[in-house]
Order: sequence, then C-alpha cells, then structure tokens
Amino acid sequence: MIEINHLTKRYGSLTAVDSISFDVAPGQVLGFLGPNGAGKSTTMKMITGFLAPTSGSIRVCGHDVESSPIAAKTCMGYLPEGAPAYSEMTARSFLDFIANIRDLKGERRRSRLDDVIARLALGGVLDQAIETLSKGFKRRVGLAQALLHDPPVLILDEPTDGLDPNQKHEVRTLINAMAKDKIIVISTHILEEVDAVCNRAIIIANGRILADDTPQRLAATAPSRRLDDFFRTITTQQAPIAAGAVVHA
Amino acid sequence: MHNICTLCKREFASYFATPLAFVFIVIFLVLTGVFTFFIGGFYERGQADLAPFFSYHPWLYLFLIPALSMRLWAEERKSGTIELLMTLPVTVWQAVVGKFLAAWAFAGLALALTFPMWITVNYLGDPDNGTIVAAYIGSFLMAGGFLAVGGCISAATRNQVIAFILTAVICLFFFLLTGFGPVINVFSGWLPQPVVDALASLSFLTHFSSIAKGVIDLRDLLYFATLIVAWLVANAIVLEMKKAD
Repeated sequence: MIEINHLTKRYGSLTAVDSISFDVAPGQVLGFLGPNGAGKSTTMKMITGFLAPTSGSIRVCGHDVESSPIAAKTCMGYLPEGAPAYSEMTARSFLDFIANIRDLKGERRRSRLDDVIARLALGGVLDQAIETLSKGFKRRVGLAQALLHDPPVLILDEPTDGLDPNQKHEVRTLINAMAKDKIIVISTHILEEVDAVCNRAIIIANGRILADDTPQRLAATAPSRRLDDFFRTITTQQAPIAAGAVVHA
Repeated sequence: MHNICTLCKREFASYFATPLAFVFIVIFLVLTGVFTFFIGGFYERGQADLAPFFSYHPWLYLFLIPALSMRLWAEERKSGTIELLMTLPVTVWQAVVGKFLAAWAFAGLALALTFPMWITVNYLGDPDNGTIVAAYIGSFLMAGGFLAVGGCISAATRNQVIAFILTAVICLFFFLLTGFGPVINVFSGWLPQPVVDALASLSFLTHFSSIAKGVIDLRDLLYFATLIVAWLVANAIVLEMKKAD
C-alpha cells in the first residue's frame, strides 16, 4: 500500500507538487502521466525518500518515508530517471553490490540474481563495464537493480525512455508479468504505454492531479475516444478544470 | 556496519577500475622519492632517519589528496548515482563513513608502498624505528584529515575541479600555513602571542610534526580524531541539505 496525503514540494516560490493525495493498492499498475515539469519525477523522488517533502506525508507498506526511511526503502525498488549506475563497474559486480546492500544471502541471493539476470536477459553482458553497454542494456541493468530484492513496491521513472520498440515491448511484458501482486508506479509521457500496462492512470500538471481513473474510462471521456486527445485537452487548459470534470476512480 | 563495509569495498574497488589508482600511487611514490633524495638531501645530511621523507608529506598531500577526495561525492552527483545510493536502505552517515574509509584505506595503501624507503634507511644505518612508525601513523592521520575536508567539499559541488581547488585552498590556508614557520613569524609581529599559538594549534603541520618527532601525544591524536569526525558530520549535513541539487 502507498498512502500519499497532501504531499507538497516547494522550491522557493515555485510549487512543484501542490498538495496531492492518492492511495495505491497491491495489484494496481499506476501510470503517472503529465507534461514535462508537471511534478512526476519530484513526486517519485519524494515517495522513494530521496527528496524531503515540504509538507504532507507518504506511507509505503505502512512505514512513514520520513520517520522510518530504511524500512520504507527496504520494501521499494526504484529505477531513477535515466537509470543511473556506477558506470565503471561490471553489470555483475554492480548487481552483487546491490545484493549486499539489500542483504540478500545464500540460496535466496543466488536465485534472485539468476531470476533478474534471466528476466532481463543480462547473461551476455555480465562482465562488461556498465559504461560500455548500450542504452537498452543500461536501462535493463537499472531495472534488474530495482527488481533484485523482489520488492512489493516498484517505482519506475520512465522505464522505457530511449529503448527501441522491441525493448519497450519486453519491458512492458515484464511489468505485466509482475503486476498481479505488486504495486507498480511508472511515470511516462508515452500514452500507448499506459494502455499497454497500466490499470490506472493519474494525470498531473503544475503539481496537481487533474484526473485519476482507468485509462479506458479516461479515454472514453474524449470525443475521439483516444487517451492522447483526453490528455491534451486536460493538460492544456489554463485554469484547473471544474470539480465535476475530474474523474475519480 | 555491514552497509559501511559494503559501501567501503565498492568505493575502494572503484579506484582500481580506472587508471586513477595506478597514476596516483606512481606519482606519490616518485614525488616522495624526489623530495627525500633531491630536495630533502637524504644522503647529504648523513643521518639515518626519515625526516627528509616525512617533512614533505603535508605539501605532497596538499595537492594529491584533493585529487582522491574530489570524486567522492561530486561524481555521484554528476552521474546521478547519488539518487540510487540515497534510495537504497542505507543511512547518510553510513554512506559518508563508508566512502571516507575507502579513500583513507587507499591513501594508506599508497603510504604503505613507500616501505622501500624504510628498508633503505635500515640498510644504510641504524635509525630509530619507533620514530619512523610514529611518523607513519602521523602521516596517515594527516591524510585522513585532508580527506575528511575534501569529502565534505566534494559533497557541496558536482564539479570535481571546483572540489579539488577549494579543498587545496582551504587546506593550505587553514590547516598548513597557520602552522608554517615563516607565516607564524609574520603573524607574531602584529597578533598577540596567544592568538598565534591558537592558530598554530589548528594546523596539521603543528600536530604532524610533533607526532613525527616520535612522541605520540594523546592531544595530537585527539586533534586529528576531532577534526575528521567534525568534517564527516559536516559532510553528512551538506548532503542532507542539498541531496538533489
């Protein structure tokens, strides 16, 4: 369970995230949509405990991210935007490092490493330095890192950004395969991705939630029945839209 | 403890993943040799001790240690791995201590590789090995001091060159020159003596040279311990304050 309550982040006079509240339950794959600069990444950075909120609270698996950060971070896997990794390390030593930090031992450690290496098809590049890998493999190493301890909550910031169509398809298949019992939050501005993997979409702009429903129902409210038309309509309106027009799940 | 150990190992190994480790160690060894034999006049003095070797350590460290410490945090910031590191289940102080210990262990390794110097002086004469051990300890502690300052400054910027220059300048003005003879003489002309003494007691030089004479005084140990801890605390505070910048 992720419970977010009146979460706000201000940078000086700029309000990046403006008092947003929502819950995510297991089994939900939440697509976090919004134009660039809408506050998607900032929200994800606060959920994962990288940024401290200005006000409001976040609980992940019952742990408050601010007051018990280690417990909250233990039950999350996070792929930061751009999939940063220690580029001079080999994929194998990087995953070993993550396994050590995640305190995986013995048989479970072996089976988890084998599992993510097989799932993300990293077998062929394990002994290559991460800086020498292609963008697609780098992204997959980042995903492997996030999945390694089989966390109940996955936060993926633009997991398919920069991947080719085949790789995008693989990542979506992977997310679908894990979706049953996990909480997965992905941010993206690729709307077809939301159709492909998400069973819930939240659209934010200027730090506020504009819509929150299944992708199908959101698309149905547009005259053309297309999610991208709905997205464009709702995010290009200057004033926050009337309360009645916000669709809630 | 487990996390500190894991972070320390990763950081230590990262020095060897690039030519940095090799270049650093070679330059350190060559320069200690040059200073000892050519500038320090090791042979000409006709004394079996390592004073000419150790007396140049503070000045060598002044520009070599910032080269080690500059990458500690600036690189994490630049490559974005700081976001990965800070969202793993580790605390800020574990990360600060782990990284510092890795850099310190690396500096210790470079220092340990100067052992041929010690063998040479024992071969040539009959030195006081107790004094030499004390000086090695003092030099290692001083390296820790430089590294703690450098780590904190590295945490404040994403630019390694800025981290290098700031560390060198701060160490030069606050921790070396305040205890450097000619500077003390200038100061004592227009500052009251207690102020000059207080300034000198802040200096790496004062404490290092007293240890290097062979006397391991608790006050000198306490000085380096306090200094290192204080800068590590500052490092953690800087990180907390501007993690995402």
